[in-house]
Amino acid sequence: MSLGLEHYLILSAILFSIGLYGALAKRNAVVVLMCIEIMLNAVNIAMVAFSRYLVPDVVVLTGHVFAIFIMTVAAAEAAVGLAIIITIYRNRHTVDIEQADLMQG
Amino acid sequence: MLPSTVLWVIFLLPLFSLAFISLVLRPFFNNYPKLSGYTIISCLAVALGLSIWVMTSSDQFPVESTIEWAVVGDFRISLGFVADNLTAIMLIVVTGISLMVQIYSQGYMHGDPGYHRYFAFMSLFTASMLGLVLASNLLLVYVFWEGVGLGSYLLIGFWFHKPSAAAAAKKAFIVTRFGDFGFLIAILILYFTTGTFNIAELNNLAMAGILGGTTLTLAALGIFSGAVGKSAQFPLHTWLPDAMEGPTPVSSLIHAATMVAAGVYLVARTLPMFASSEFAIMFVAVIGGVTAIFAASMGLVMNDIKRVLAYSTISQLGYMMLGLGTVGVAISQGYLTYEEGIGLGIAVGIFHLFTHAFFKCLLFLGAGSVSHASGTFDMRLMGGLRKYMPWTFLVFLAGALSLSGIWPLAGFWSKDMIVLHAWEHTPVLFWLAIITVFMTAFYMFRVIFMTFGGEYRGGEQGHGDHAHGEPHESPLVMVFPMAVLALMAIGCGWAIWGGGAAQFLGEAGYYGLHGAHWHAHGFFDVFTKVGEEPMPLIALAVALAGILLAYTMYSAKWISPERVGKVFAPLYTLFSRKYYLDELYEQVFVVRILQNGIFRLIELFDIYVVDGIVNGVANITVVGSSTLRRLQTGQLQSYGLAIVLGVLIIMVVLFIYR
Repeated sequence: MSLGLEHYLILSAILFSIGLYGALAKRNAVVVLMCIEIMLNAVNIAMVAFSRYLVPDVVVLTGHVFAIFIMTVAAAEAAVGLAIIITIYRNRHTVDIEQADLMQG
Repeated sequence: MLPSTVLWVIFLLPLFSLAFISLVLRPFFNNYPKLSGYTIISCLAVALGLSIWVMTSSDQFPVESTIEWAVVGDFRISLGFVADNLTAIMLIVVTGISLMVQIYSQGYMHGDPGYHRYFAFMSLFTASMLGLVLASNLLLVYVFWEGVGLGSYLLIGFWFHKPSAAAAAKKAFIVTRFGDFGFLIAILILYFTTGTFNIAELNNLAMAGILGGTTLTLAALGIFSGAVGKSAQFPLHTWLPDAMEGPTPVSSLIHAATMVAAGVYLVARTLPMFASSEFAIMFVAVIGGVTAIFAASMGLVMNDIKRVLAYSTISQLGYMMLGLGTVGVAISQGYLTYEEGIGLGIAVGIFHLFTHAFFKCLLFLGAGSVSHASGTFDMRLMGGLRKYMPWTFLVFLAGALSLSGIWPLAGFWSKDMIVLHAWEHTPVLFWLAIITVFMTAFYMFRVIFMTFGGEYRGGEQGHGDHAHGEPHESPLVMVFPMAVLALMAIGCGWAIWGGGAAQFLGEAGYYGLHGAHWHAHGFFDVFTKVGEEPMPLIALAVALAGILLAYTMYSAKWISPERVGKVFAPLYTLFSRKYYLDELYEQVFVVRILQNGIFRLIELFDIYVVDGIVNGVANITVVGSSTLRRLQTGQLQSYGLAIVLGVLIIMVVLFIYR
């Protein structure tokens, strides 16, 4: 049995769903941030898989390049996100995301 | 070869003067007031030259120039200028009179702090009038029509710090607006019936009978209501005597060339439309005739020299309407065909406008000169000015003789034509006209004898800058334009010999003038052809009788004016109170109908409907937002869930309906 495109996509979908669930359901802001990272990496897997599937002879590396860009952005995003979380913690002594509701109407 | 650009240049010159004075001279050269006067004078002099060029190129008429202005679907508005004979003569009148008035203003307005403003407004006023006579479609006419109204408002209220001037300006604007409303409705009626604003096309449709019936009558009456407002015909004449509050040269311009001529011009321009509706043209003739005698009767008893002249203007405008109307009536009743009649009607009406412009402008400038010397407009305080101001006296006398219709001055020839045609086509109105001839001669010479005859009665003491012991002749810059106008007032009627001017005017609007219906005059025909044509001599005799009566009452004093006033006390009161029309308008229309009726209704509408809508919208917003704000929980994860659900729904929908 060889690994086809669908295996990668299923993996990607599972990872994305886990990430999405975590981002929407977890209370701890650090966990939410981690779940977002999982979603980004799920997308990366799908991206590389599609790139490999559409252009098998590896001349065009569009998908791979995108994946690398996303990783870079994810790293930056993690840095900014953690900084925000630390600031929230300093101000409110908690990282419970349900307590951060200043925008309530 | 006459390029059509010339028409635009004529119109743009005074507009340039307006822009130059208000954008350059007023901000940067405020201490050199003379410059703005020179600017407008040079602009108008060039415009006058170009107008003469236009007139001498009459063999190329009509010269047209049109540019698209706005196109919305099928609805297109074009900016179009056209020159034909009627326009050419109006251009000469407007630029010529305006030029003379500006030269005169150099002296009259000397030292006024609003010098720049004055000439800027004058430029606007002249430009609007030039645009009006050049415009080839009704919409453009309407634009300039309102421009003229604005100019008159600004100039009548020039000394706005005087409450009476501010009130007069408002009155002029509002009263003429009443008429303009009808004009606007007429334009809309015509457009929705025929789909065109073009005057020449509308005229042709009316003559071909395609445009007719009630629609045409309503449209013609609407146009006429605009003309009634602008040309101060009964019952919207009340603004014109009050318009005397402006500087005298402004009155002169309003009365001669720009404002009041617009109404007569418009009726002349659309005469085929009027002549196709029997009721409308009869209405024009009757209003003209009634206004002529009605205004003259008020002129008999006024003591303010400018007011006498104002009522005289209204009366003469009535003549012009009568002239246009009476020939039009002959057309509508089938005595004349369109080919014979239209040109004739225009010639009869506009020729009087042409001559009247010169002598009435002259008379107003003369009145200004007289008040410059005596410091008042009240004739009871003048008298004997002939000794002090010989030049003013001479030119004023020429104007008065011309206005009275004395042979061989200009007024005689033009008034004669109107009286003659009134006799032929509308005999009832003829009697009004001939009585008015008598009244006109009487009140003009009442002015002459009260102002220039007898002994000086002291003028206004210690009032304004102009009052100073001995009256003196006005400076050359004021006398010169009056002298030029006096020459025109004497001689411009002679253009009619052999039908030259009439032939020229008759071709206006592309209609030829057919000789059979034109009473060609020679210089001495009045006396030599009495047998065939007694009418000119009769009119002349009536006018002389009027002068004689004025002489016996105000110069020789054989009859005491006071005793005459006592004998006809009710009439005298009626005339001097202006038929109580001002009171009627004030008490009945303004207070009862407008303030207590319509305005009260509008107030209620405002409180309950307009405010109701505004407050209702606000209340809905408040209630709606206080409900919707509950959606904003501030919980980031619930927003995220909403987004995910939304994306899922969109995906499902796309999946199903793709």
